[in-house]
Amino acid sequence: MTTTKPITSPEIGGIGHSVRRREDDRFIQGAGRYIDDIVLPGMLHMAILRSPLAHARIKGIDSSAATAHPGVVAVITGNDLAAYKLAWMPTLSGDTQAVLATDKVRYQGQEVAAVIANDPYTARDALSLISVDYEELAAITNPQQALSPKAVLIRDEKEGQTDNVAYNWEAGDKAATDAAFAKADRVVSLETHYPRSHPAPLETCGAVADVNPITGQATIYMTSQAPHAHRTLFALVAGLPEQNIRIVSPDLGGGFGNKVPIYPGYVVATAASLVLGRPVKWIESRSENLISTGFARDFYMKGELALDKEGRILAMRASILSDQGAFFADAQPTKFRAGLVHICTGSYDFPAAHVAAQGAFTNKAPGGVAYRCSFRVTEASYLIERLVQNAAHEIGMDPAEFRLKNFIKPEQFPYHSPTGFVYDSGDYHTALRKAMDMIGYDQLRAEQKKPRPDGKLIGIGIASFTEVVGAGPSRDYDIVGLKMFDSAELRIHPTGKAILKLGVKSQGQGHETTFAQIVANELGIPASDIVVKEGDTDDTPYGLGTYASRSTPVGGAATAMVARKIRDKAKKIAAHLLEAAEEDLEWEPGRFFVKGVPDRGATIQEIAFAAYTNLPLGMEAGLEGVHYYDPPNMTYPFGSYIVVVEVDPGDGTWKVLRMVAVDDCGVRINPMIVEGQIHGGLAEGFAKANMQWITFDDQGNCIGSNFLDYLIPTAYETPRFELGETVTPSPHHPIGAKGVGESATVGSPAAYVNAVLDALWWNAAAKGGSGPLNIDMPVLPHRVWQALQR
Amino acid sequence: MYPAAFQYSAPRTLEEALSLLSELGDDGRVLAGGQSLIPMMKIQQAFPAHLVDINRISGLDGIREVNGHLGIGALVRHAALASSGLVAKNSSMMAAAAPWIADPLVRNRGTLCGSVAHCDPKGDWNSMMLAMSAVVVARSKAGERLIPIGEFVIDFFTNSLRPGEMVTEVRVPKDGVGGGGSYMKLERKIGDYATVGVATHLRLEGKGKIARAGLALTSVSSHNLKVTEAEQMMAGQTPSAELFAEAGAIAARTCSPDDDVRGPADYKRAVVAEYTKRGFQKALQAATSA
Amino acid sequence: MKINVTVNGTSQENEVEPRLLLVDYLRTVRSLTGTHIGCDTTHCGACTVLVDGIPTKSCTMFAVQADGASITTVEGLKQGGQLHPVQSAFKEHHGLQCGFCTPGMMIVGAALIAENTDPSEDEVRWAISGNICRCTGYVNIVKAIQAAAATTREASRQPVSVG
Repeated sequence: MTTTKPITSPEIGGIGHSVRRREDDRFIQGAGRYIDDIVLPGMLHMAILRSPLAHARIKGIDSSAATAHPGVVAVITGNDLAAYKLAWMPTLSGDTQAVLATDKVRYQGQEVAAVIANDPYTARDALSLISVDYEELAAITNPQQALSPKAVLIRDEKEGQTDNVAYNWEAGDKAATDAAFAKADRVVSLETHYPRSHPAPLETCGAVADVNPITGQATIYMTSQAPHAHRTLFALVAGLPEQNIRIVSPDLGGGFGNKVPIYPGYVVATAASLVLGRPVKWIESRSENLISTGFARDFYMKGELALDKEGRILAMRASILSDQGAFFADAQPTKFRAGLVHICTGSYDFPAAHVAAQGAFTNKAPGGVAYRCSFRVTEASYLIERLVQNAAHEIGMDPAEFRLKNFIKPEQFPYHSPTGFVYDSGDYHTALRKAMDMIGYDQLRAEQKKPRPDGKLIGIGIASFTEVVGAGPSRDYDIVGLKMFDSAELRIHPTGKAILKLGVKSQGQGHETTFAQIVANELGIPASDIVVKEGDTDDTPYGLGTYASRSTPVGGAATAMVARKIRDKAKKIAAHLLEAAEEDLEWEPGRFFVKGVPDRGATIQEIAFAAYTNLPLGMEAGLEGVHYYDPPNMTYPFGSYIVVVEVDPGDGTWKVLRMVAVDDCGVRINPMIVEGQIHGGLAEGFAKANMQWITFDDQGNCIGSNFLDYLIPTAYETPRFELGETVTPSPHHPIGAKGVGESATVGSPAAYVNAVLDALWWNAAAKGGSGPLNIDMPVLPHRVWQALQR
Repeated sequence: MYPAAFQYSAPRTLEEALSLLSELGDDGRVLAGGQSLIPMMKIQQAFPAHLVDINRISGLDGIREVNGHLGIGALVRHAALASSGLVAKNSSMMAAAAPWIADPLVRNRGTLCGSVAHCDPKGDWNSMMLAMSAVVVARSKAGERLIPIGEFVIDFFTNSLRPGEMVTEVRVPKDGVGGGGSYMKLERKIGDYATVGVATHLRLEGKGKIARAGLALTSVSSHNLKVTEAEQMMAGQTPSAELFAEAGAIAARTCSPDDDVRGPADYKRAVVAEYTKRGFQKALQAATSA
Repeated sequence: MKINVTVNGTSQENEVEPRLLLVDYLRTVRSLTGTHIGCDTTHCGACTVLVDGIPTKSCTMFAVQADGASITTVEGLKQGGQLHPVQSAFKEHHGLQCGFCTPGMMIVGAALIAENTDPSEDEVRWAISGNICRCTGYVNIVKAIQAAAATTREASRQPVSVG
């Protein structure tokens, strides 16, 4: 199925139109209002002193020279915060995290002290005047080391913690899975490390905390993807009454999950403002962002597929060891300690699976769930798509054929996966065949067999992902107890214009345009007549924010539902205006009219005016509503990506020759914006496959804490993309949309890696050997070269 | 994030600048493009007490022909080199390499002379200067000194300038007839440091044999490394793939790359060998084309 | 030190520390917050402005170096109430998502078009290879700059007088 035909005109701009973005007007004129653009009278500047060591006891801190430095107003240490019970704070995963270190530092870059000064240059000057006496301890730099019997205890402050295990978790049916494996004709296994990376939005994190000393009102401007949840957490953590806290998340220069956690900087700035009675601004540098804020991934994964003689998958096993850093601080639903990694059965139909995950503490910054991962769906999708690739290779079947053979069939939806998901809808065969068609798959395979005169190797890689987004139904999903509904509040003004307020928060996804389009679709009010507000907790209904591609599935649903509530009331007003019975009225976008008498109608604008001027007796004035939406299920976007790469055996470098991406995210509200999201995700997938990671040396020094070492592809390296689409609406979503923000980041890394491996396999086969079964990402030139030497 | 405080002067003439530098001694540091110095100051790895900004001095931004060389002035930006007809005509190596220095914005301000003086072992230009046996012109209040590049590049971020001296020009021998070079760099993205860089240059005599070979390496030693052994081996020989491979093997075992995130030492040696081969092929093409 | 810098056509004299970065001068002394800071190692290009017409990373230059210079920031692209073709093109072609890299990208795009009225895709990608974007994958940025070039070419076609 291809794009649905819009039911509104381009002037109305409802669903299906590539409406140009309203928010662009300010951004293209340099008039965006990002956190560092906010300047308040009397504002002070904060800089944070960070630990140079990965693991050390703090014997003492001498900040006297810093305090005495001209321009410095205050220096805050962990002991100062401890007096207010603020030295530690709860994390979003039920652990605790240091705000400013007191007993020990547990990762390089950890916050140790803060300087508040008149200007940011002075604040940073004063950092070097603080002297900290560290007693260095052995650093644990990977989870295997963390779990070894003699490992030093990282969380010695945590009552009851006797090892470095952060959590244990499992899903699926172990017995049934073991039984299936026992009967298998063949078992394919893969061990792979999905390395640590970082979302690195172009704008770093920051806050301007403004606690008014007279009124006690705390206005905290902060880079937040979830302002309401953050407000509640601030109330619980800082003991400030929630009615006095206003979180304002302004324009955000990207988020990608980096702006979901509460960082020590936000808390210390707030405490400083409270104590000093003046606004305090904290903006982190890029190096601070990379070394200390929520990283992404770092899963050591072992997967196995049990196959029968025909190459059909019978069962899957996965065991995962996760590097959580020094604190378990992921933002993820409480019930799912390893996120939604149990979606690792992917697009394939088989009856049994078992997933076991263990998290370990290490001497690194905390995090893991970030960078468009949809709660670890990136890791899950990578595992299955790499396993499937290897399986096809090992049994000598074409990887496309293997997938087509094992895909869940369209008639099997809603599909109950062996790990407990109910996939809403899908048509995987059509998407893959479309991608194969677009790239000329059969032709490519034929060409691949011919040796190239320049000696370069050609590889073709596929990934056919299914992801799970839209967290989530209240029976299963909560974050620190807060259920994951979302909300929309819509008010129509007398002149027929409208204001929509949301509980989600865009970081560039275009909500001011797309959510207006949803309302435009339901009510026929032009999208350009609808203002959309997000981010200010005083001014918007409670929501859980934007991450894990949940805005459209949950917030979009809430928006459609509230618009429908308003349409219901509008119908009553129309009946009054038209002196007809409600049952005799019909709706077309923008107006009600009397059945059979199309000229006798009332526009939504006339109805809106009447809501304030001419109401039926007994009806409340106004035309507005609010809806809190509890999704009945998650949504399951999917797609098939095919990549062609060229490998240079002389130096191990590889580049993308073609990249075809067919995505299905259900109904597309704004096709132009959907494609933009996909472009971004495909680029991020390339980055991770090709060059991007954060690693550590044996002492726990972070390598990848600046853009010299943490590589982000420029327009020159980033491949060109060819996009295709299929449209399989979500049957349970009010507008059939599934969300797409993370699809390409989820699905594409495996496609790139599979392509490089495919090139190496063909090369090896031509020489009578076999190639490597795995190369960890990033597939660095030296790793390719090493594989070729073997 | 921010540099430590410093004093700043922006002299309008070379004499003024040299006078200042002589007064300031070790406290003085020349600021030309600043695209290497300022980032180091911002991450607190350089703390010059007094910056002498030479950007207002006229006459330092020329590319000229001098004694069979191209003279590149202290304020010639990488971008100017990349678009210079004179460079394109007279130095195939520089013409090939200039567009690949850093990124287009850095190229708008960064200077070749600044890079040469900086002596970053991961910097590209000094390998090329070593391969082509360039000469550095150093001026001070006392006068002018011509320093062969091999004596100029001492070590890790260390050059042989004396206090009070600054680089006013770098002179690169013109290709002439039968001369040509290339620069090959393994960088994963625009703006990345070279994992490995190889500068190759050939000067052929009338019958096509090699009169002089130049070979120098980036990022595989504590300073840009001239592979004299390979150069001497190649002198007088007929160019061939086998000869280039032999040069590559010598280069691979002469350098001392680190094991790091950009790869283990044996990999880097292999790339040195491969790029030496490919580089000399390109140099040969440049030397034998009209 | 006293410096006099012209920004978007307006001159102003200020007393600044030598170490004040040009980007901080623009953002805090001149209150022009359209130029952004995205990194601390001169990689990202979010701080790109025109210094005497040349695209420059303003985080790697001191304000004192700009004494007497003429700077154009994103706020100066609009002329006489009219958006620059590159600005309109970015909106028309969805060349931005979060908007943080956008000022730098548009400055580079505008400078490119001024010297190359018909840049190819390769030429555009090359020109913006000093500017990082995390959101768009660069696809629509390239489209926008090429579209702006096309608009500029159209606009510069002089009507031919007949007779």
